[in-house]
Amino acid sequence: MSSDDDHVYLSLAEGHADDARWAFGTGFEDPLHGVDTTLPPGVDAGALTALCLALADDALVAAQRLAQWITLAPELEEEVALANIGLDLLGQARLLYARAGQAEGAGRDEDALAYFRDQADFRNVVLAELPNGDFAHCVVKLLLLSSWRLAELTGLTEHPDPVLAAVARKGVSELTYHRDHAAQWVVRLGDGTEESARRTSAALAELWPYRAELYAAAPQTRDEVEAVLAQVLDAAHLSAPTDAPTATASGRSGEHTEHLAELLAELQSVARADPEATW
Amino acid sequence: MSGTDSAESATRLSAHFDATIAHDQRIEPRDWMPDGYRATLVRQIAQHAHSEIIGMQPEGEWITKAPSLRRKAILFAKVQDEAGHGLYLYSAAETLGIDRDELTERLLQGRQKYSSIFNYPTLSFADVGVIGWFVDGAAICNQVPLCRSSYGPYARAMVRVCKEESFHQRQGFELLLTMMRGTEAQRAQVQDAVDRWWWPSLMMFGPPDDDSPNSAQSMAWKIKRHSNDELRRRFVDMTVPQAEFLGVTLPDPELRWNEERGTHDFGTPDYAELMRVIKGDGPCNAQRMERRTKAHEDGAWVREAAAAHAAKQQALRETTKEGTAA
Repeated sequence: MSSDDDHVYLSLAEGHADDARWAFGTGFEDPLHGVDTTLPPGVDAGALTALCLALADDALVAAQRLAQWITLAPELEEEVALANIGLDLLGQARLLYARAGQAEGAGRDEDALAYFRDQADFRNVVLAELPNGDFAHCVVKLLLLSSWRLAELTGLTEHPDPVLAAVARKGVSELTYHRDHAAQWVVRLGDGTEESARRTSAALAELWPYRAELYAAAPQTRDEVEAVLAQVLDAAHLSAPTDAPTATASGRSGEHTEHLAELLAELQSVARADPEATW
Repeated sequence: MSGTDSAESATRLSAHFDATIAHDQRIEPRDWMPDGYRATLVRQIAQHAHSEIIGMQPEGEWITKAPSLRRKAILFAKVQDEAGHGLYLYSAAETLGIDRDELTERLLQGRQKYSSIFNYPTLSFADVGVIGWFVDGAAICNQVPLCRSSYGPYARAMVRVCKEESFHQRQGFELLLTMMRGTEAQRAQVQDAVDRWWWPSLMMFGPPDDDSPNSAQSMAWKIKRHSNDELRRRFVDMTVPQAEFLGVTLPDPELRWNEERGTHDFGTPDYAELMRVIKGDGPCNAQRMERRTKAHEDGAWVREAAAAHAAKQQALRETTKEGTAA
């Protein structure tokens, strides 16, 4: 066989000193490069821990729901796009858990926080944990969550903690794409066929009331998010459901649906089966 | 054109094609090519594209269960890459004058195949590592020579695919190394996964040379550059030292170094099993096709809506253009 067929499989067992660079999300581009990670004076460690955990939980739980779409998307292009969004959120979750662990100072790393906390300790909003439905449900949920998270992270880009501020800046560019992707789909589906408009209206009717929880968690996001939603629905020829008085879900205080228990059972199953294992 | 002229022109085209192949130059989509060459490429590229897409399933099942966030990110990105590979390969097939929807139909109707390896189940997280090591490794052995395939769009797609596959098998091996340094239970999981995946991986190179009906013509056309048995032997030679480095045993009592031939002797894979799995009777064939069919059917209304919206937008643009022109 000619030498130009030589390839990496040959050298697989060699040179594992630099393995970190072979793993996605590690070693290529450090989003915290040049950022001072010492906790600045005047930042309340307890409050920072709680804020990072809540934002990380939202991202991890939403990424897990997107991972459940993989191999079931309506188009191959959409497999790639949903995975992209899931990976961005997972990346945000990792940085935020790491920061929460540092601020907490109890020696917990990203995996301790993701895999060894129970449902009642999770602070994600309930909208993120709702089980997947059809594709209209997927893009409406994504539109709500990404519009809200984008507004929230935009407000954190000047946070006194330089790490959280750096994570927020990275997140803003990612979420701008997520929101745009979701908005384009809502418009396509709202305008597309009778069936797609019907399905999208049904998804809106189900998910619309969960906005209350988002605004309760971050009241400063309300005006921006409402404006975005109004613009998208208008372009999609859809009307906003009338706000029915519903009890506000409260994931931020640890009150969750049974769906989070199922989601965590799956997410944590392998890690908890052998807590001594190294991965 | 008279009959003689067209016969002469066909001879000239055919001679030009033969000369291009002989000089190791690339055939491009607009070039004349024999019908058999075109059909062989469509079959092979489509099968490869389908394999990428079906291949997302066995590992995709573990994204939601990956035991660390770093492993979750690695696996998520890998499965995403496979969707991307499927896209480039379907695009390469489309340059031959067939569209992706038609190829998807052929897959769903069972008229086109995908790699039989994806009909085996993934039973533990160690399988993710072993698939990276063996399955991506075997894929690389098959595909690196395809970067020099005579059909330009296929060769170029393979360059990009191989780069990413290299990454995947490296990540798989790194997971196994980490597991082997972990607990006793983890080492046992790795060995178990090696035991289950070794023989199916050897079958990835296809039937033995004397029983491979399409190989000779494909090699003459330089679509394929090496025989199945040649590639299989090369894979074994490369894998043995890696298994030693890792500390696992390859499940083949006949496996030993042959000093005289400068290569390993090894047992014969159960080709009857390969034929059974190809014909649809593997452990997960039904499950894999069911899931792919479900995704396709559940997505039909979405694709229709996207097409309807695009048509409305197009009509709108045309009306505006007419308005401006008037």
